[in-house]
Amino acid sequence: MTVLSYDFMQRALVAALLVGLAAPAVGTFLVQRRLALMGDGIGHVALTGVALGFLLGVAPLITAMFAAVAGAVAIELIRARGRTGGDVALALLFYGGIAGGVLLIGLSSGGTSGTLLSYLFGSLTSVSPGDLTVIAVLAGAVLVLLAGFGREMFAVCHDEEYARASGLPVRALTLMLAATAALTVTVAMRVVGLLLVSALMVVPVATAQQLTRSFRTTLLASLGLGVAVSVAGVLVAFQADVAPGASIVVLALGGFAVAVGMGALLRRRRSGDASGLEEDPALAAEREP
Amino acid sequence: MNPRVIDLTRGEVVLDGRRILRGVDLVVEAGETVALLGPNGSGKTTLVRAIVGLHKLSGGSLFLFGVPAGRFRDWWRIGYVPQRVTAASGVPATVREVVRSGRLPRMRRFHRAGPAAEAALARALDAVGLAERARDSVADLSGGQQQRVLIARALAGEPDLLVLDEPLAGVDLDRQESFAEILGAMAAAGTTVLLVAHELGPLEPLVDRAVTLSAGRVAAVGLPPPASGHHAHPDHDHVHPHADRAQVPPILAPPPWAGPP
Repeated sequence: MTVLSYDFMQRALVAALLVGLAAPAVGTFLVQRRLALMGDGIGHVALTGVALGFLLGVAPLITAMFAAVAGAVAIELIRARGRTGGDVALALLFYGGIAGGVLLIGLSSGGTSGTLLSYLFGSLTSVSPGDLTVIAVLAGAVLVLLAGFGREMFAVCHDEEYARASGLPVRALTLMLAATAALTVTVAMRVVGLLLVSALMVVPVATAQQLTRSFRTTLLASLGLGVAVSVAGVLVAFQADVAPGASIVVLALGGFAVAVGMGALLRRRRSGDASGLEEDPALAAEREP
Repeated sequence: MNPRVIDLTRGEVVLDGRRILRGVDLVVEAGETVALLGPNGSGKTTLVRAIVGLHKLSGGSLFLFGVPAGRFRDWWRIGYVPQRVTAASGVPATVREVVRSGRLPRMRRFHRAGPAAEAALARALDAVGLAERARDSVADLSGGQQQRVLIARALAGEPDLLVLDEPLAGVDLDRQESFAEILGAMAAAGTTVLLVAHELGPLEPLVDRAVTLSAGRVAAVGLPPPASGHHAHPDHDHVHPHADRAQVPPILAPPPWAGPP
């Protein structure tokens, strides 16, 4: 395969595979907790971290990781206080993240609007061997944490009050989830970009749950979908010369549309109503690229 | 040995600057079934939430199983059934998955569920009559069935104390009867029960003692009132469905809303 003869494409595909696993894994718990937009918030804050890296001459991936974790912990603490106005505080954090990023990158000598774009929407050529190591370590950490504390995470994300009444360390677990979300944002930043990273956390989960009944199947199916759209999206981005974030997310949304159609058909069949054929043309249209 | 499962003295809770509980005394002894009654806003839910550790006491003292609440760690001994409209969350989960999460406080971290856990899970699902729906998504169940999922979740941990917040809200009369059977079996097996209710309905014969709250204080303690509202009217010919409870002793004090005797 000619695609694989390029070193940067090999790295991009390995990164896509890791991102495709880590993002939906964290995303399943975030969606379960009804915090689907948390990844967006973290992504905004991480942009300031990227810019800070350029300004200080440090690897942007590392500064982004610290900014993302700090932002995620702040979001979680603001949310946990539950005061009215908490959502406004979050909004301020988001705007500050984007504005701070653009401002700092303007002040630095190395950064241009082009580099900014590559962080916002991903870039195939940008995954350096050093980046790949960081991505692999972080993605591994995310998957190990979620596998190790999966049962507790399920209980907390399903019903936080009940988990607290059960004596689970709810605060520690929610902070851990926020931190893993932040690490995932950092991992995914080079491939899908900061503005679209949350889509890869949420869309595969939303797609899977059109067809599933259990949490376990939803989680596993969203991992499979995440890997499929990430790898396919990187290949499409190479062929069409577009930002990989865009192709990955468009593919994921296409999959979602198909799953919605299939889910509707499935439910109709289950409920024993055979008059579902009129939906077919619309479904066929959705399947066409 | 301290037989007191709950021992609350002059309990006070302040929420958002408002004093919701104003010096509540509540003692529940092992094996008792106690009902908390009272009108909306009287503090029933706040009281049970304080007992299961969801609200901090701003005054008074609370002992759970003889241990000060601040140092209490055996939360698996308490099975809590919150007042909920739904047992579903943002991602599909099966009945079994939700009920299993109730076993978590009993399980050791990073260990797989053993045969004892599986058996407890099966018993909990059986008790609420949902064994056949164990693999269905909770979101596909009716409101009453979801309520039963939450009860099964509390039973899965095999608690010594069951705390239920309005378990009958939104449950139709047939189901109330079957729920009363579940609770009766639990109480017969020695489980201590504290339940919040608006009206006792079919639970009445199970209740050893009713504590009535009013405006954050205990207004009455005694045997459960046989009826409230228009049933309490002197002209009302009360035909009680439970023959064995025909000689109900008079309650120590009537609830404040029951009207003149």
